[in-house]
Amino acid sequence: MSAERIKERMSGNEAVAEAIRQVNPDVMPAFPITPSTEIPQMVANFISNGKIDTEFIPVESEHSAMSAAIGAEAAGARTMTATSSAGLALMWEELLLAASNRLPIVLTLVNRTLSGPININCDHSDGMGARDTGWIQIYAENNQEAYDNYIQAYPIAEDPRVHLPVMICQDGFITSHAVENIDLLPDDAVRQFVGDYRPEEYLLNPGKPVSVGPYSISAYAMEAKKNQEDAMERARDVILETAARFQNLSGRKYGFFEQYKTKDAEIIFLLMGSAAGTAKQAVDELREKGKKAGVLKLRVFRPFPEKEIAEALRNAKGVAILDRCESYNGCGGPLGSEVTAALFRHKVQIEAVNYIYGLAGRDFTVTHVKELYEEMHLVCTGEKKAVQHQYVGLRKEN
Amino acid sequence: MKTDISKINEQTPHEELTEGLMIFAGGTAKRFRTGEWRTNTPVFDRDKCKQCLLCVPVCPDGSIPMVGEERGMFDYEHCKGCGICARVCPFGAITMKEGITA
Amino acid sequence: MEDYRLKTMLQKPERLSSGHRMCAGCGATIAVRAVLRGLHEEDRAVIGNATGCLEVSSFMYPYTAWEDSYIHNAFENAGATLSGVETAYRALKKRGRLPEEETFKFITFGGDGGTYDIGFQSLSGAMERGHDLVYVCYDNGAYMNTGIQRSSATPMFADTTTTPVGSQSNGKMQNRKDLASIIAAHDVPYVAQTTFTKDFQDIHRKAERAIYTKGAAFLNVMTPCPRGWRYDMPDLMEICRLGVETCYWPLFEYAEGKWTLNYEPKKKLPIEDFLRPQGRFKHLFKKGNEDLLVQFQREVDRRWEDLQYQCARA
Repeated sequence: MSAERIKERMSGNEAVAEAIRQVNPDVMPAFPITPSTEIPQMVANFISNGKIDTEFIPVESEHSAMSAAIGAEAAGARTMTATSSAGLALMWEELLLAASNRLPIVLTLVNRTLSGPININCDHSDGMGARDTGWIQIYAENNQEAYDNYIQAYPIAEDPRVHLPVMICQDGFITSHAVENIDLLPDDAVRQFVGDYRPEEYLLNPGKPVSVGPYSISAYAMEAKKNQEDAMERARDVILETAARFQNLSGRKYGFFEQYKTKDAEIIFLLMGSAAGTAKQAVDELREKGKKAGVLKLRVFRPFPEKEIAEALRNAKGVAILDRCESYNGCGGPLGSEVTAALFRHKVQIEAVNYIYGLAGRDFTVTHVKELYEEMHLVCTGEKKAVQHQYVGLRKEN
Repeated sequence: MKTDISKINEQTPHEELTEGLMIFAGGTAKRFRTGEWRTNTPVFDRDKCKQCLLCVPVCPDGSIPMVGEERGMFDYEHCKGCGICARVCPFGAITMKEGITA
Repeated sequence: MEDYRLKTMLQKPERLSSGHRMCAGCGATIAVRAVLRGLHEEDRAVIGNATGCLEVSSFMYPYTAWEDSYIHNAFENAGATLSGVETAYRALKKRGRLPEEETFKFITFGGDGGTYDIGFQSLSGAMERGHDLVYVCYDNGAYMNTGIQRSSATPMFADTTTTPVGSQSNGKMQNRKDLASIIAAHDVPYVAQTTFTKDFQDIHRKAERAIYTKGAAFLNVMTPCPRGWRYDMPDLMEICRLGVETCYWPLFEYAEGKWTLNYEPKKKLPIEDFLRPQGRFKHLFKKGNEDLLVQFQREVDRRWEDLQYQCARA
């Protein structure tokens, strides 16, 4: 049964803060960093005014934020934090430990580029830099999705089949600060959906001591890593089950990715985050001219739904894989590498061109997408050779 | 759930290890016999001992157990033979003997 | 506070079990056992631990030497990690998810590497925020776990593997950092410096007071390391005694803004008495190095006088 819908207008940061207010987590350690600073500020305000009774820890760094989160979660408290960019980079070591200790911490990431040069605007280099830390990563296109994803994060993370931390990502400024319409759920509906947190084993369980964080000799460490990976694979089912349950509540449908006009699409733009909105607009305009374009907006980056992506692209002629991140591997971005690997493994033989766009807040427009369509069209008809790893919107000679 | 570490060894399949390599129990290290490291062994002479107990807190390995209000015999399963206890004994009730046995 | 009788205290159940893999003769586990005896028997505890000798030796999967709940996270964040645990305790209590009669205490151990150096910021944060926990530094004056590299706790002139004595070097150039004072400057309710005395009363009393003082407390415990200091292993207690009698390692405490000297030697011994039994200072006793000993003595005197002045002022 669908819950009542509450119409509001808010920014992405406000939407996440509102979801935090509704969930009322036990503990939140955080350190401010643009553009996610508003989230701990708003939570602190809720606490100061008695709207929630979360224990906020104003730690002295992001490293300590994740360290304290690990301590609190291991102790049996539902724990979350928020950060961006260099803050996530500073947490890096601790991200790995949150995952290897199998702690269902939720982190709301407001994506911002990594230094250097220092710059406060959006790209995905922070989230992508943490892509192999063992966290589930879910990306949002807009404030609504940021809100919805946050609420779904707890049932995914805390499921006994998973017990892994979840990172909920939204684009810095573009989503985090832009005010848009949003449908909120009633508080009690959210609380019921998320449920009480009742871990089975935790540090503060009287009379049942637990030791966390051992030194492991090689004879156990590889086995532990395999168990962690198995949990990540099991998360696939849990993510879909949670999405289905959420759809019953909200009427909004979620999966590993969203397919926009891909059914008969010859050329598909594959990307994550707010730029999907731009791509959809371009696709609408292209469609008006009879051009068969579509968008595959990836929502769940970890676990990577490689089989599903390959199948979703099987009937297209070409895919433009758009990375809002540079890998510095000399040949493309992270999505470029993983999507092409998926296509190869599943023997989907289509043209796949990897582009880099939007670094450090560089504009990415409908015009850009249309230009990419024209180029992809020529590549697919064999009139032009595909050039990999081009930067969209880069100033250059000629 | 209480971890039975007797079921965890270097042949245990990965599925049977504990989640996150946590141990859901206290003091499981007692099963590990550090006494095998010993090259010198303290020998206790009960007749000379005045139960001043100065040897008990200086043991890094908790290998001088208390039995009621008195110190008991050495726990040779864990004693590493460092000899601190023998050096602090004011009554010569502990002597160090070369080798792993008393 | 409990009346101190060694016999009574030793009858408490051990909270660090045997079977840990610290070296024979290690001072760190003597400190852990002593500090944990400061806990009242009916109280539960969560123990934290920075990466270091103690951690890799006391919880090697599947063998944990801890009878209480225990968490090791990383090297530089024992303060922050236990901040999280302690905050979770308040949250769960507040929300009725822990029985009211259950009391947990929070104690974390770190070596001088994890405390003075890499974990300094995390420790400072935990102290400044005033979490109700005790941070115990087992100070053996170098990074012993990685093989005796200098730390900011290493005494002047010590021969370590990153300050090796050689034709152009007399060992570490700098004097050690006064961490207890730095923590006291955080305006925490309780800081103490201690080591092992014959009846273990000093460390016991300070541990108990630290544990049962509301708010953040810090204990700095000198724990000799036979490998790193190169003294005759059974002599640990004598080394501690000389550390105190030479005023190299004074026993003091800082509580609610007041400094107290807990022990004043009747006759302050020359620093040579502490240095001579230790191989790491062997070069100081070579002909021609007499001035180094003078310099060392001058530093000890200066700090001792500063401390006396601070205590007298209170």
